[in-house]
Amino acid sequence: MAEAHAPTAHAQHAPQGFIRKYIFSLDHKVIGKQYYFLALFSVFVGLLLSILMRWHLVWPDAHIPLLDKLSPVGAPGGLMTPEYYLSLMTMHGTIMIFFVLTTAPQSGFGNYFLPIQIGAEDMAFPRLNMLSFWVTLAALLTLLSSFFVSDGPPLAGWTAYPPLSAVGSVSGPGEGLGQDLWVISIALFCVGALLGALNFIATTLELRTRGMKLMRLPLTCWAWFITAIVGLLSFAVLFAAGVLLLLDRVGGTSFFVPAGLIVSDKILSNHSGGSPLLYQHLFWFFGHPEVYIAILPGMGITSHILSCFSRKPIFGYRAMTYSLMAIGFLSFTVWGHHMFVSGMSPYTAFAFSVMTMAIGVPSAIKTFNWLGTLWGGRLRLTTAMLFSIGFVSLFVSGGLSGLFLAQPPVDVNLHATYFVVGHFHLVMGVAAIFAMFGGTFYWFPKMFGRMMNETLGKIHFWLTFVGVYAIFMPMHYLGVEGNVRRYSTFIDDFMQPLLPVHKFMSIWAFIVGGAQLIFIFNLFWSMFKGEKAGINPWESTSLEWTVPSPPPHDNFAGKIPVVYHGPYEYGVPGAEKDYIMQDSPEVVAESH
Amino acid sequence: MASTVLTPPKHRAPSKSDSIGGNGHGWDGDGFGGGRGEPSPAGRPIPLHAYRMGMYMALAAILMVFAAFTSALVVRRGISNDWVPTALPGLLYLNTVILLASSATLELSRRALTAGRGEAFAQWLYATLVLGLAFIGGQLLAWRELVARGVYLSTNPSSSFFYLLTSAHGIHLLGGIGGLIYLVLRARRIVSAAKQRTIVEIAALYWHFMDGLWIYLLLLLTVRS
Repeated sequence: MAEAHAPTAHAQHAPQGFIRKYIFSLDHKVIGKQYYFLALFSVFVGLLLSILMRWHLVWPDAHIPLLDKLSPVGAPGGLMTPEYYLSLMTMHGTIMIFFVLTTAPQSGFGNYFLPIQIGAEDMAFPRLNMLSFWVTLAALLTLLSSFFVSDGPPLAGWTAYPPLSAVGSVSGPGEGLGQDLWVISIALFCVGALLGALNFIATTLELRTRGMKLMRLPLTCWAWFITAIVGLLSFAVLFAAGVLLLLDRVGGTSFFVPAGLIVSDKILSNHSGGSPLLYQHLFWFFGHPEVYIAILPGMGITSHILSCFSRKPIFGYRAMTYSLMAIGFLSFTVWGHHMFVSGMSPYTAFAFSVMTMAIGVPSAIKTFNWLGTLWGGRLRLTTAMLFSIGFVSLFVSGGLSGLFLAQPPVDVNLHATYFVVGHFHLVMGVAAIFAMFGGTFYWFPKMFGRMMNETLGKIHFWLTFVGVYAIFMPMHYLGVEGNVRRYSTFIDDFMQPLLPVHKFMSIWAFIVGGAQLIFIFNLFWSMFKGEKAGINPWESTSLEWTVPSPPPHDNFAGKIPVVYHGPYEYGVPGAEKDYIMQDSPEVVAESH
Repeated sequence: MASTVLTPPKHRAPSKSDSIGGNGHGWDGDGFGGGRGEPSPAGRPIPLHAYRMGMYMALAAILMVFAAFTSALVVRRGISNDWVPTALPGLLYLNTVILLASSATLELSRRALTAGRGEAFAQWLYATLVLGLAFIGGQLLAWRELVARGVYLSTNPSSSFFYLLTSAHGIHLLGGIGGLIYLVLRARRIVSAAKQRTIVEIAALYWHFMDGLWIYLLLLLTVRS
């Protein structure tokens, strides 16, 4: 509301001075970059944690240098305790899910490109936009600070199930102050995500330029829009769950903590009658839509890139938008499939199972449309294109194992095994990361005015592509063999023979981790030394490619474009070039 | 190979730029925001319509928070046998009347604004603000009454939910009071500039929503299964 008196919040006058321009900026492009770099920092923290875990898993006696400096208690002499392994796992999951997968594809690229792609000068509420970034940063710092408190980060997993997460330090190291910080961090993150979602929705609906009908929106915008709606409805529920959990921890209430609990040989007498399952329901009502919050923007980016580098219209534009909507809707009806082992009624489980498999339908529509887009295209195998094809590959590989897990009787066996770890890393984690890489290579010229190095990009792609399959495919085998997840070592005799597989995966994890340094070098080197980029290096059609690279402060230098065409007019017979920009008044006769 | 059906460009006559922007909610037309007038050289103002949309979305998020609390309450009440209903302080009903009255005064204020009676607009706005503060004060007194009875946050699940819901509502209402104070401070400008009236509309939307939410919460807390 504070903005109502200043409706010209983003006139052409760019703010002067470093602080207003780069730190407390209201410009959606700067905020988008801030989100992007926040996620980039976070992904390397998360990656480092996973490498420490893989290291410890296969060489449990190895002393990891410097780790005892970070946590003298958690890793005395560099040898991590089982509890500290769980802490690293918790932080890995939390950082990756919230601060990478939720942040970069939606808040990062979305903030930067949604307004430009719809022909707007900024987001609807620039001040709220800035606020949501700073709240998100505060959330990240709060979370990371738990590494430096006395008993370390929490160990209750990224899902933070009570009672473990609700009864305080009696339940383990990190469950005191560390878990408090976790809950506060997540609640803050929810606030930032809600403000961002509200802004995205209002921007998409209200700020489109003339001619930009909903059915002319690039699929990226559709994906950001649907994701914002899903986020608005689900983060509110996580926020509520977080409040209740915090009250159980510090307010002495018993929403989630049952009576007569014995933890660490102590009877907890100050709680009564709470229900841990209640938390699980609330959490997964958020948690499953969250999976789609992570992947839908990636689907949008992939669709956009595939069409451009196939030089063909996206196959089935309308089907693509409807399937995005269907996935967004169905994502709210399937949360129970995360709880098949919670003792739920088989009838309920059956209902959740059916809904879960129903998501396969819109997902398959998307997959076949991607393949249909590629089919017969004049493919330009740029790095961005490779990563987008990689996205499709990973989405299929990871998605198919979801059909196994959607069956309650199968899931009961596989639930606590590496099968699930392999499934969600491929379909959500790595696939979304590939979309981010694709988006980075595709949009880097626009964001920084220079091209990224394609050779380095391709080396990075192939190492990563082969590597992630080498890491995550064997996990399915391990899961079927009964290899339990979340264990810090495999001392049980039936898991001992599986250790060579783990070694194989760990070595590939180190290789893939190292390969990311190529990306980092490419990113920062290209920012300063890359070849200068023109306005439209990829011969794309959407509006961001009609403005200079990087775009001026108000995106269009006062000349708001008018849109005449859909976003994917590639390979148009009779057109001057083989593509038609969205704002081109060019008319081409209908031809078949 | 790829053939694209192209629609010839439709040059829509620039619509008269009204205070709202946009030309209604259409699906295929230039619905929602599309179709505003030619950009002004000073940069395009954000259509005031967008503020209303933003508020709707904010209310949707708030609704989801309370929906989550509601389902937690229903499950928690049904799942265990330790639920002892907390007798609600009678003061709550008086508070309810006060809050309803505040909605009425806010509407009177809006009508005065539409009718161009600037002074009455400000006066009813003050009345709304006072009633809003009275409601918050009344809620605090109701808390004190419970505390005097020895009923605290952790006494019983029903009291936990009572404190949770009343404080969550109260915090949101304090946001509304902040909005009212903002309106009071800007009352003069609002009267003089028609464009500013959207702020009043948005604030009223929020305030009435909080009013309705309270009625709902009161029912939730009083109705026993």
